[in-house]
Amino acid sequence: MASQYPAIIVLAPMLGSLLVALFGRRDHRFCVPIVFATLAIGLAAAVGLTHQVLTRGPVDYFVGGWQEPLGIGIHLRADRLNVFLLVAILVVCLFVAFSSIRRIGAEQTEKTPHFYTLFLLLCSGLSGITITGDAFNLFVLVEVSSLTSYGLVAMGSKRRGSFAAFNYLLMGTVGASFYLLGVGYLYLKTGTLNMADIRNILAVNEVVAESRGVTIAFIFIMVGIWIKMAFFPLHGWLPNAYTYSPSSSASLIGPLVTKVSVYVMVRMMVSVFGLNWIFTHFGWSDLVVILAVVAILSGSILALAQREIRKMLCYLIVAEVGYMVGGAWVADPEAWGLTGTLYHILADAAMTLCLFLAAGIFAKRLGAREIGELDRMFARAPLISVGFIIGALAMIGVPPTCGFFSKFYLIRGGIAGGHWEYVIALLLSSLINAILFFRIFEIAFFGKKPAEGHGHHDPEPPAPLLQPVYAGPMWTSTFPLLAAAASIILLGLFNGPIVESFREALEGLSPPMGAPTP
Amino acid sequence: MSDFINNVVQPYFNFWVYVILLMMGLWALIAKNNLIKKLIGLSIFQTAIILFYVSAGVKEDSTIPILLSQSPAEAIDPSIEEPLPESGYHSPEVPVAAKVDTKNINPDQFANPLPHVLMLTAIVVGVATLGVALAISQMVFKQFGTLEENEILKQMKGPAEDG
Repeated sequence: MASQYPAIIVLAPMLGSLLVALFGRRDHRFCVPIVFATLAIGLAAAVGLTHQVLTRGPVDYFVGGWQEPLGIGIHLRADRLNVFLLVAILVVCLFVAFSSIRRIGAEQTEKTPHFYTLFLLLCSGLSGITITGDAFNLFVLVEVSSLTSYGLVAMGSKRRGSFAAFNYLLMGTVGASFYLLGVGYLYLKTGTLNMADIRNILAVNEVVAESRGVTIAFIFIMVGIWIKMAFFPLHGWLPNAYTYSPSSSASLIGPLVTKVSVYVMVRMMVSVFGLNWIFTHFGWSDLVVILAVVAILSGSILALAQREIRKMLCYLIVAEVGYMVGGAWVADPEAWGLTGTLYHILADAAMTLCLFLAAGIFAKRLGAREIGELDRMFARAPLISVGFIIGALAMIGVPPTCGFFSKFYLIRGGIAGGHWEYVIALLLSSLINAILFFRIFEIAFFGKKPAEGHGHHDPEPPAPLLQPVYAGPMWTSTFPLLAAAASIILLGLFNGPIVESFREALEGLSPPMGAPTP
Repeated sequence: MSDFINNVVQPYFNFWVYVILLMMGLWALIAKNNLIKKLIGLSIFQTAIILFYVSAGVKEDSTIPILLSQSPAEAIDPSIEEPLPESGYHSPEVPVAAKVDTKNINPDQFANPLPHVLMLTAIVVGVATLGVALAISQMVFKQFGTLEENEILKQMKGPAEDG
């Protein structure tokens, strides 16, 4: 049983989605137990796998027992780089499932089984992306998770949602196709699709590693993944797709999809091409860091310009993606930047989840979609506001939260790699986040100043705002929010062991990097 | 000019075909106004990549990668095919399959099956993408009454009737 954990993690949610599609349609009450059972099985397997990896080292799993050199095996690989992300994916899915129990029913009663089918398929696709050790299977799983997320985004009956989903689909498919093209070139050059085999061939065979085909493969793969993760010049699809989707979908997709794409980038860099090859042979890291700086600054500034809460969070995601890409590419000799990126994937998943859940509750139950409508929110909904504040403080980077530690490691990497522009961009972005959130805190704490409000607001209307829009048990959505907030703080407090584990993995996977690029 | 064709175009003919198709698809995706035409562009784009993979698996003078009891050269070349001598039945203790000498197979005689198998998966993915895209564009048409991108954008910019 214990040796089957990697397969269970991927297959349990997938089977769950089939079961929901089968039985959920007969009676909607079947949906929720199936969802929770399969997610819990997956999470248990992920925790077990984490224990195995931490005690006994990386786990290789060959589906059907086909060992790899044949080229047809499905290789699942769990090591210290991805087990934490696996656990995080399943935990986020569980929290969102919890918060969607009531809300999805209220939003679209007809489509509850459809929603949960897509939900579980997305979960299965994302954990598959994380655990796979095969470059082509990764493409298939990326498409599984992308197709489900197009569906989830389009599910909102809003008009903007469907058009945003269409654009998301076009961009996402182009991104995945670029990735596929890159893998094709890599296959032509190395003759294998297995990540570890490619790595060995590139490390041993100088002729292949120096060839133009591999460089082109790398560029195609990176551009494809950057489209998928909404790295700044390629981010056009993200804000609308995430803003106009149903809030349950947004709080599932927002924290996970872009983060998993960042993980794919790191995986490609570390265990397919190898850091040595990238930073010495390819050597474009300066350009990418500058792009990341532009992404950070423009994401933050665009966030500052938004009035809608969710759209603001979407632009913050764009900025956070810039943090992570920059951290991975600063090329400091001790890989602190890469460590920061890996840790920030987890931290950002928790922060984004917390903020999206809070925004969803503000919108659904209290009818506040814009920043101005958060008037005196702390008095009206104290518990939810506490969750929101913790998420916001983590985004700013206040010490006990995980946001502080990830920024700490990223900045350390930036300094060690000599990329001061990246360090300055990180600090500036924290400053802008502080302005952004303290503006909200002011409105939410003290109420809007009459002079600042729109013309039609009178000084005394807070009273009618007190009515919640949607009446129902509050705890199903409050509990996951507070749990997400708690996980932000726990992740911050226990950052030591996680980071240590990442560093061990980075030492084991890659030879020590050459001199940092000047 | 003939130099160019001989040295650059001809040896990489399959690459030229796929790149031209790829660019056609990408251009339709970016420049066309109608959503369905964009989807046609997307299909061309994906098909170009499929052609790239398929052409990568092809070799000249090679056959399908199935091991027969004869060597592949015998299988395709009738002149080598010589019937067994009248008396020469397969001796019962040596089954036919065992005559396949798996150690001495020349891989150049077989087309590489792996890219083709991969593309079966990619075709399925492409079909699924197209299906989802058509469903979404149907939804867009129901909500906006048009599939022209500029009219949709105009409607979205217009008075906020959107809930």
